Amino acid sequence: MEQLLALIIAKYNYWLYVILMMIGFYAMIGKRNLVKKLIGMNIFQTAIILLFVSAGVKHGAKIPILDKYAVLKDGVDVASVVNPLPHVLMLTAIVVSVSVTGVALAIMLRIYREYGTLEEDEILEKLGK
Amino acid sequence: MKLLQERTAKQTLGESLIIQTAVRLMVPFIQLFGLYVIVHGHYSPGGGFQGGVILGASFVALALAFDQQLCMRLMSERVNGVLGNLGALIFTGTALLCALFGGLFLDYSALDALIPLGPIEWRSFGIFIVEVGVGLAVMSIMVSLFWDLGSNGGMDEGL
Amino acid sequence: MSTSNLHMYVLAAPLLTAFFVNLLGRISRAWIAPLTLGSLGFASLTAICVLGKVLRHGSFSYTVGNWSPPYGIELLVDPLSALMLVVISVIALFASFSAIQSVNQELPGQEHLFFTLYLILIAGLMGLVLTADAFNLYVLLEITSITTYGLIAMGKGRAPLASFNYIIMGSIGACFYLLGVGYLYLMTGTLNMADISGILPAVEGTAAVATALAFILVGLWVKMAFFPLHGWLPNAYSLAPTGAGLLAAPLMTKVSIYLMVRVMFWVFSDDFLFLQHPQVSTLIVWAAAIAIVCASCMALAQRDLKRMLTYIIVAEVGYMVGGVWLANTTGLTGAVLHIVNDALMTLCLFLAVAAIVYKLGSGEFDKLQGIYRKMPVTMAAFTVGAFSMIGIPPTAGFFSKWYLIQGGIEAGHWQYVIALLFSSLVNAVLFFRIIEIGYFFKDGEHHGHEKCEEAPLLMQAPLLLSAVALIVIGLGSGPLVESVIKLALPAGF
Repeated sequence: MEQLLALIIAKYNYWLYVILMMIGFYAMIGKRNLVKKLIGMNIFQTAIILLFVSAGVKHGAKIPILDKYAVLKDGVDVASVVNPLPHVLMLTAIVVSVSVTGVALAIMLRIYREYGTLEEDEILEKLGK
Repeated sequence: MKLLQERTAKQTLGESLIIQTAVRLMVPFIQLFGLYVIVHGHYSPGGGFQGGVILGASFVALALAFDQQLCMRLMSERVNGVLGNLGALIFTGTALLCALFGGLFLDYSALDALIPLGPIEWRSFGIFIVEVGVGLAVMSIMVSLFWDLGSNGGMDEGL
Repeated sequence: MSTSNLHMYVLAAPLLTAFFVNLLGRISRAWIAPLTLGSLGFASLTAICVLGKVLRHGSFSYTVGNWSPPYGIELLVDPLSALMLVVISVIALFASFSAIQSVNQELPGQEHLFFTLYLILIAGLMGLVLTADAFNLYVLLEITSITTYGLIAMGKGRAPLASFNYIIMGSIGACFYLLGVGYLYLMTGTLNMADISGILPAVEGTAAVATALAFILVGLWVKMAFFPLHGWLPNAYSLAPTGAGLLAAPLMTKVSIYLMVRVMFWVFSDDFLFLQHPQVSTLIVWAAAIAIVCASCMALAQRDLKRMLTYIIVAEVGYMVGGVWLANTTGLTGAVLHIVNDALMTLCLFLAVAAIVYKLGSGEFDKLQGIYRKMPVTMAAFTVGAFSMIGIPPTAGFFSKWYLIQGGIEAGHWQYVIALLFSSLVNAVLFFRIIEIGYFFKDGEHHGHEKCEEAPLLMQAPLLLSAVALIVIGLGSGPLVESVIKLALPAGF
């Protein structure tokens, strides 16, 4: 038990990411409302962003913005700055998720105009008629 | 600015004088800050995407505080579409230009053959050009997304 | 102009044209067709040059912006990606002739929007086959997906709903892929494929790497509509505007299979994939066999030409996934050859369907009565495509199926061989049913005269060309395998 607890506390970022991911995944698969599905998708993507960003963390490190001349003179002490690459990657992933959300919202608008509802059951009912 | 004053004077949409006045005062500064972020993107935190979002947000603020019609009179849908395309074209065009002048794609130092500034200067300047393109495209996309979604696709009064 | 940029011009042509189409298409519709066809024609010619160059001088890597890998983004131009580049650009060229006609009919006033998305989709697909960077691959995967969502949602009726479904499924797939890449990044600290594969052997035994492989594979399977994960595909492709289906159906799933091959053999090692846990590959071949059988059975239940073809696509995905996981040269050769052939056969069939829909308004079986007399040229080409799908000898489909079956026998996976033969039989039933309806059934009362009502020439020309290409590639598949595909297989095969 204690070992398990230690494991959870030591890697708490991964546990958080897994919990968030499961919430998002459940919402995408299990919910019947299209908006809730979309929000689930965003939670899922946030979970992945958390995974990547937490991978770049170093204890006691600063943000990776450096003075050009100081770097040219002394070089970089890698331990003193966090890894910027995951942040940059996630910036791109955020852009992707924003665009997907935008497209999804626009499509939802069309669905709403066509069926007057965003509940999947009601839409299917209307289609069945 | 004159247009805004007219609208406010007429009080056609007098939702809240405080919000409208605040937005009127803030929008120029928001846009200036957006431009600053774009222009400084290549050697400090910032860049085309962030600056473009800030620029887009200024128009969104206008549409929220007043109404979408006014926002679209300041920047019409057509202009917005052209700007977005232009931004994307600047990005890809720069890339292609680098290749046409004998370098690799997006290798800005090749543009030295076009205007001799020195390859190192060009490496910095090329990113700036690309950032401007990205900024334009992002701003246009943000604004048109808001317009479309905010007015239920009808491009009318909006929220 | 140096020739080292040649493959980038292939990619840049549709990308740049997309924005010009949007700008000039607002002014006049007349700009759209010449711009689209011109750029794709240029791209096709250049892609063929690239393939020739790669075959003569060997593969090379390319760095965007001259930032050396693993820090910069690397593109890899080897025979496999050059071959895919040719397939994509040529098929996009053929499809767009027909797409221009059907979009004019189905989406008047929205042509410039349609073709902007269409061209960006093509550029995204080309980027996907070129990239050698795992994260870049994710971004391009999403570019192609987002444009496809948009294209599908332009359809009528239930299309937005199908598109939304696709968004949810596609995002799950992309997120899983990204998670897999995240695990690889955590383990190796790099995103460049060559770099990852260099570092991986040191950490291969860990659970994280196995999880990464599982996530990446499931993500790509969702994107390629591998059987239990195929739910989005039939609705999305059959409800999309015909022009969008023309491009997406032949290319999207095939490019995803290419990506699976690329990730499997260029990031992970054969040893890790097949030898350390042989039961995994057996399991996947079983899954592929079940996929083929189930998708074929579902195709039997359809009463609409487009929907039937979409289920056949799902079955074909099973062929190729199984072929890759047979873990022998013959199976992999068959899978790669089948990527080319299947793209062409799907194109041929969808072009025929586009012509039929253009004339009749839909592709329901009831409407097809007497169609052979009304549209003889279209149906002749359709029959060639159908024969190829079934696998009748002079057509291309036979040869790749032959390789796949041989590979299955070599590997001893009899269930896969049986599934393939079963699916060929089902395909025969499916297509002969249409031939029966179209050729032997009498016309309904509405059509008293049986006069020719062919689709416009611009729709027929690519259709006939693709039908001829099916036979030519079928007859030339020996040299094709010897001179291109043998070189395209990963090292060690």
